[in-house]
Amino acid sequence: MSKARATIYGWLLLGPAFVLLAAFTHWPAIATLYHSFHSTARRNRPSVYVGLDNYQGMIDDPVFWQALINNFWYAVGTIPVSIGLALLMALWVNEKLAGRTWLRLAYFTPTVLPMIAVANIWLFFYTPDYGLFDQIRGLFGLRATNWLGEPGTVLGCLIVMTIWKEAGFFMIFYLAALQSMPPNLAEAAAIEGCGRWTFFRRVTFPLLMPTTLFVLVNAVIGAFRMVDHVVALTAGGPNNASMLLLVMIYDVAFRYWDVAYAATLTVVLLAILGTVALIQFVVLEKRIHYR
Amino acid sequence: MSDVVVEKLARHWGTTKALDGVSFKVEAGSFAVLLGPSGCGKSTLLRLIAGLESPTGGSIRIAGQDVTGLPPAKRGIAMVFQSYALFPHLSVAQNICFGLEVRHVDAAERKRRLERAAELLGLGKLLDRKPSQLSGGQQQRVALGRAIVAQAPVCLMDEPLSNLDAQLRHEMRLEIRELQRRLSMTMIYVTHDQVEAMTMADQVVLLRDGKIEQDAAPDALYAHPATIFAARFIGTPPMNVVDLDDEGRIADAPGGAGALGVRPEDIVVVPIETPGAVQARVESIEYLGADTLVAARKGAGRLVARVPGKAKIEAGAAIGLAWTQEAQHIFDNRTGRRVADPPA
Ligand SMILES: Nc1ncnc2c1ncn2[C@@H]1O[C@H](COP(=O)(O)OP(=O)(O)O)[C@@H](O)[C@H]1O
Ligand SMILES: [Mg+2]
Repeated sequence: MSKARATIYGWLLLGPAFVLLAAFTHWPAIATLYHSFHSTARRNRPSVYVGLDNYQGMIDDPVFWQALINNFWYAVGTIPVSIGLALLMALWVNEKLAGRTWLRLAYFTPTVLPMIAVANIWLFFYTPDYGLFDQIRGLFGLRATNWLGEPGTVLGCLIVMTIWKEAGFFMIFYLAALQSMPPNLAEAAAIEGCGRWTFFRRVTFPLLMPTTLFVLVNAVIGAFRMVDHVVALTAGGPNNASMLLLVMIYDVAFRYWDVAYAATLTVVLLAILGTVALIQFVVLEKRIHYR
Repeated sequence: MSDVVVEKLARHWGTTKALDGVSFKVEAGSFAVLLGPSGCGKSTLLRLIAGLESPTGGSIRIAGQDVTGLPPAKRGIAMVFQSYALFPHLSVAQNICFGLEVRHVDAAERKRRLERAAELLGLGKLLDRKPSQLSGGQQQRVALGRAIVAQAPVCLMDEPLSNLDAQLRHEMRLEIRELQRRLSMTMIYVTHDQVEAMTMADQVVLLRDGKIEQDAAPDALYAHPATIFAARFIGTPPMNVVDLDDEGRIADAPGGAGALGVRPEDIVVVPIETPGAVQARVESIEYLGADTLVAARKGAGRLVARVPGKAKIEAGAAIGLAWTQEAQHIFDNRTGRRVADPPA
């Protein structure tokens, strides 16, 4: 095949996917950027160019800062723990133990459950007085707590639930990576007298780095994409204590219909995600061995 | 220097008897080859000696010490895997020194041993490369290097050459044998390739279905195969084995109490009227360059003769085949075992 024809073939094959991607991802992204520099169209008041006014308004909005800080702690609270837990569970479930298929399934269940069902389960756990946590606390004579109603506890509640849901999902990736590692490596190390911890530190963990990067990127994106559980459990309350960026965007866009401000917030969210992903790939790529 | 003694060693998986009561001894500093067809239990046996698998019965002694229950690291062994088992994220030098680091050998000594191994194996220029940047033969050398620096008295290898091309295999055969002599290691080497066994071994342990078929030096194995299986497993082309009738002649129909074995190179083609010659009809001719394989039918048997140079024989021709008394091997057809040695 000539080079020109190969090129045409290539573009033709890429075409359908590219058109879809452009229409539903790239174009909306550019449109969002455009909207963020314009005012929201109201009755009798068409949208006009306002420069950085929307951004100025955002910086002056305490709810935005609250959501940003909440989201930061939410990410810090969920990502390392869920990844660490996922790795631990994967190492454990990868052992040759009886009933490990069931164990794997059990860990994966939270991921399979529909989001609203998950929210419902945890709503029950967190219910004051007769919820699971308060019943257990009651056994020790501790008083009832309105877990989701207190600004001090609500974000922690979301973090715990997210870890519960994500760890099993990330475990699957680690498990797949562990199973593709040749067992000979562990045997060769065993002959040298290499202990389990040393083997993990020197061999398993470095070989899992590509998986860790992948999981990390997904976890970060997930942390900033969290909306459904919050809407179902707390709707961002009380007093914005569980307000996350995407929840705020949802509120602004579909409850207050302030399209311009929602677009502005979206641009910020995209910028955050893009920067984080870029840093991860650039920094970690250097330290990762790819086969 | 350590000898290895294996006694009544068994490994069963459910009803599969991968290894079924195997006993043999490998002298210190000698080169033993575990030979046999695929699935006969060679790898299982080697892994039992290494301690990567635990036996269902029997014992293993290395240098006089019972190691049956010891972990691999305490047995004084090094091992080279068929797939090399190199750590893909470590450089050649790190791979070779991995075990030394784990065993807390000090840095100066590590460096000394690494340099020696690199020199022995010609790896000097490759020490900073990753395994994925090496050819198969180079990876093989790194795996050897890892076994060498351990300075273990016993070295175990599981089909280390099977992933290499024929030319490289030939070179590495010589090289491994040379290394083993130079470092006076006790070597236990697994292969399914009888040529490797014949060229490298001091002692060949021939396995079949988890049992030892014969345990002998290569020349003894070749000259006095203990069973029909051993006779046909060693040598290319394999020994001719034909059924004998009650009078001790080559049978006209298959079946019969005895069997006669003759190696192709022991058969000479003679004029058909030669007294005492076996009269046969030529079935096929295979010209190999240095010699020709002539396959001829006699009764129910088929005999292949290796004739020097290019034989001037046509398929379908009637020829005489002759061999000396000493070249005859007689087997019992029911047990498959050798009954009598040809008179010396
Ligand atoms: N882990 C195992 N579980 C069950 N059967 C096994 C296992 N390992 C080996 N076997 C069986 O034991 C026999 C010998 O295997 P192996 O020692 O690998 O043969 P070889 O190396 O001579 O080709 C084979 O029939 C194989 O199927
Ligand atoms: Mg094998």
